[in-house]
Amino acid sequence: MLNSIFLIFLFQLLGELIQKILELSIPGPVIGLVLLLITLLLFKKLDFKFSETINLNLFKSAENLLHYLPLLFVPVGVGVVMHLSFLEESLVEVILVLVIGTLLTLALTGFLMEKLLKDQK
Amino acid sequence: MIDQQKLYSIWVYLQAEPLFWLTLTIGAYLTADFLYRKSNLFPLLNPVAISILLVSSVLLIFDVQYERYFDGAKFIHFLLGPATVCLAIPIYKNWQLIVQNSKAIVISIFIGSLFSILITYFLSTLFHLNDELILSLLPRSVTTPIAMGISELIGGIPSLTAIFTFTTGVIGASLAIFVFDLMGIKKMEARGFALGLASHGIGTARAMSKDTNAGVFSAVAMGLTGLITSILVPLCIKILNI
Repeated sequence: MLNSIFLIFLFQLLGELIQKILELSIPGPVIGLVLLLITLLLFKKLDFKFSETINLNLFKSAENLLHYLPLLFVPVGVGVVMHLSFLEESLVEVILVLVIGTLLTLALTGFLMEKLLKDQK
Repeated sequence: MIDQQKLYSIWVYLQAEPLFWLTLTIGAYLTADFLYRKSNLFPLLNPVAISILLVSSVLLIFDVQYERYFDGAKFIHFLLGPATVCLAIPIYKNWQLIVQNSKAIVISIFIGSLFSILITYFLSTLFHLNDELILSLLPRSVTTPIAMGISELIGGIPSLTAIFTFTTGVIGASLAIFVFDLMGIKKMEARGFALGLASHGIGTARAMSKDTNAGVFSAVAMGLTGLITSILVPLCIKILNI
């Protein structure tokens, strides 16, 4: 458990450092995500013997954390209380942007994927 | 017997400590989650929305500054970063499936993500929204930790982005089925993929509850669109000169 937490924090830290050093516009945790993914794939390819147990622990911790993902949005979501007055005058427009934008994106992406996917089986 | 003076001093003590705000946040979430389950996962009773409503009500009723609350709740907020790193796990687990359909995925991710950003920009301009709102809206279709990260980086308001992102998720999860039927999109993989790309985790949860393959493609799309969007949004801002 503790070494999984350490690994997850370490990858985020590496991501943050790379973001700062290279002044990238990608958020540090996202860089950490990519680094972790590359590392896992490399380990699998090189067939490291100890990778299996570390993987299992890591997967368990990661899935535990992702299970509570919604909770992690609450503190910032409460912040909207502070910004409600800011939104008031454009609330209808914002909702229109969200609804129309989301439905069109769903339609285009679903259509593209339907055409491009290889037929299964 | 506790007199008012003493009650007040206890309240002052509680407000200054993270313990109270952390307990309140987790308690609100557990309550909301319970209601969500009781309602048979009714999309509009989403646990995040209800928890936010509960906590906000407490802050408003007792006239507490948001900064004071966040000073305690920031320990929960902190975990968003590590949670983002953890998204590597579902992507890694489904790597084989990604490789098999890599061409379709790359093309759809790129076009879909770009379209989502551009349509948001186009509609926002059409409705004369101000720059701060537009910047907060642009990353709305990716998973919240990434969306908030992008928003922070480009000068949007992360908490607004969180709400836009959340709303986008609920809209996608509840209305997608009508779009798919209308467009004749039948493959479960395509449906899931579109849900993950357009409405991140909430869309993925919806896809997963319908069909396993839809869920897997949704998780993959959610992860990849997060990556590509965090590159595309700053790029679009430069090109469109927002």
